[in-house]
Amino acid sequence: MASITTNTPPPPAAPAPALRRKSTGRAGDKVFLGLSRGSGILLLVLMASIAIFLSVRAGMAISKDEGNFLTTFDWDPAAQKPVFGIAVLLFGTVVSSIIAMVIAVPIAVGIALFISHYAPRKLAAPLAYVVDLLAAVPSIIYGIWGALVLVPYLEGLNSWLDEYLGWTYVFEKTEVGVARSLFTVGILLAIMILPIVTSVSREVFLQVPRMNEEAALALGATRWEVIRMSVLPFGRSGIISASMLGLGRALGETMAVATVLSPSYLISLHLLNPGGGTFAQNIAAKFDEANQLGRDALIASGLVLFVLTLLVNGAARLIIARRKEYSGANA
Amino acid sequence: MAKRIDVSGLTAYYSSHKAIEDISMTVEPRSVTAFIGPSGCGKSTFLRTLNRMHEVTPGGRVEGKVLLDDENLYGKDVDPVAVRRTVGMVFQRPNPFPTMSIFDNVAAGLRLNGSYKKNQLADVVEKSLKGANLWNEVKDRLNKPGSGLSGGQQQRLCIARAIAVEPDVLLMDEPCSALDPISTLAIEDLIGELKERFTIVIVTHNMQQAARVSDRTAFFNLAAVGQPGRLIEIDETERIFSNPSVQATEDYISGRFG
Repeated sequence: MASITTNTPPPPAAPAPALRRKSTGRAGDKVFLGLSRGSGILLLVLMASIAIFLSVRAGMAISKDEGNFLTTFDWDPAAQKPVFGIAVLLFGTVVSSIIAMVIAVPIAVGIALFISHYAPRKLAAPLAYVVDLLAAVPSIIYGIWGALVLVPYLEGLNSWLDEYLGWTYVFEKTEVGVARSLFTVGILLAIMILPIVTSVSREVFLQVPRMNEEAALALGATRWEVIRMSVLPFGRSGIISASMLGLGRALGETMAVATVLSPSYLISLHLLNPGGGTFAQNIAAKFDEANQLGRDALIASGLVLFVLTLLVNGAARLIIARRKEYSGANA
Repeated sequence: MAKRIDVSGLTAYYSSHKAIEDISMTVEPRSVTAFIGPSGCGKSTFLRTLNRMHEVTPGGRVEGKVLLDDENLYGKDVDPVAVRRTVGMVFQRPNPFPTMSIFDNVAAGLRLNGSYKKNQLADVVEKSLKGANLWNEVKDRLNKPGSGLSGGQQQRLCIARAIAVEPDVLLMDEPCSALDPISTLAIEDLIGELKERFTIVIVTHNMQQAARVSDRTAFFNLAAVGQPGRLIEIDETERIFSNPSVQATEDYISGRFG
């Protein structure tokens, strides 16, 4: 940025009366300053109170836990000797979200590139609109659709995976039963986060400066090479942010998971077997019928989800910041 | 391998708007040809038809012929991507790839072509950076991002990137308009050296620059706003600036309009 220096004349010793008169915008400035500062403070207070509430209740629960809160494979806070641990929930949440990301991010980036760089304009606008509409579908609808349509439909895919990829252990199906598994939940979550990842990536791809793309074109790059040389490097941090938004939704998704999964308190690497659980699904399923300690225990598991989300976001920011020197931002 | 450009009856459109009409001219190899004219007269559009970049703009299309030696760039089976590999371009604002290092920027074109040997790459990069008078300033930081250089250095980096693939023609679209006078001078000196090897076409708003760097000058004008731009005349630069054959050229050169 070039700075412009001008020779301003020194201010007169006694300003003319006109300069001393208060400008009429002052009142507006003060009101706006108060409002914006107030909202900022309110946000911090809210965050702090949520964190305090979660920590206090979680602390109360964990101190009464007779098992190990991190490693116990059981959830029975109502027992004589209350035991509960989050290992199964952590596993289920992370695994289903990873499956969702692995499926959704490449497809979303592909759709976003198609809309921003390949599709003719007449097709791009309606397509973008439809993708945005998908984001507006309530998650319970996805859940019902998943349970009634996706689950039966996936049985074919599951037996195919079992037959040809069963040797990987992960895709070996050892239990009979409908496909109410973590794998199915992952696919459903992938469909649910697809719109948000797509529309954020698309926005970023559309912001690639024209001159960056022309630089590649003028060197004799094909359309795909332009995307590889100019669009994807520029959009890299945007894709990461978009994925994190999607991951945030996948980690916390409740209704759809609760509708599709047939929960069990077990960890199994056979992802096609029914069973497993996630933090949000577990809280939704058990909160109503829990006693005081049970609710505190569920809140403690919620705190772990909260921390997990914070860690994931922090990691994403680190990735983005590490290559800042090379980012499109300082072009 | 500098080549001659022969344009005949070239008309270019943006959708239904006719931007330039019926332009014919010859650009000599191993020389600098400057395009001058008021804003909106279509000189940049015309330049972009010479490497088929015009049609990249939505709605852009071209009628007419552009012969590079004897090959028509708008021939039936000609691949625009291949055209752009033989006709290099330098833009108004320096546009190095922001995510690439200085080395990778220069090597980008070679990597696209795929026709290089690993150990050649470093040699070509060095030769191109030397060719762009940038080597001494960057040889110790080839792995740093190109976007960290000054504007003038970035523009020379873009020139190095363009000449690394040994194009037949080098097109420059107001390459100095975003640069300070010292960087401008460096680029102008460089153009003088590059014309030994390439056919150079430069669009410029700066008439002194046209007079300084070019061998031949083409003057473009438009009858009125919204009318297509036309080539008024093309001649030896000396003649254009001393004794042009068309009155409109003289009026523009002497500052009576534009």
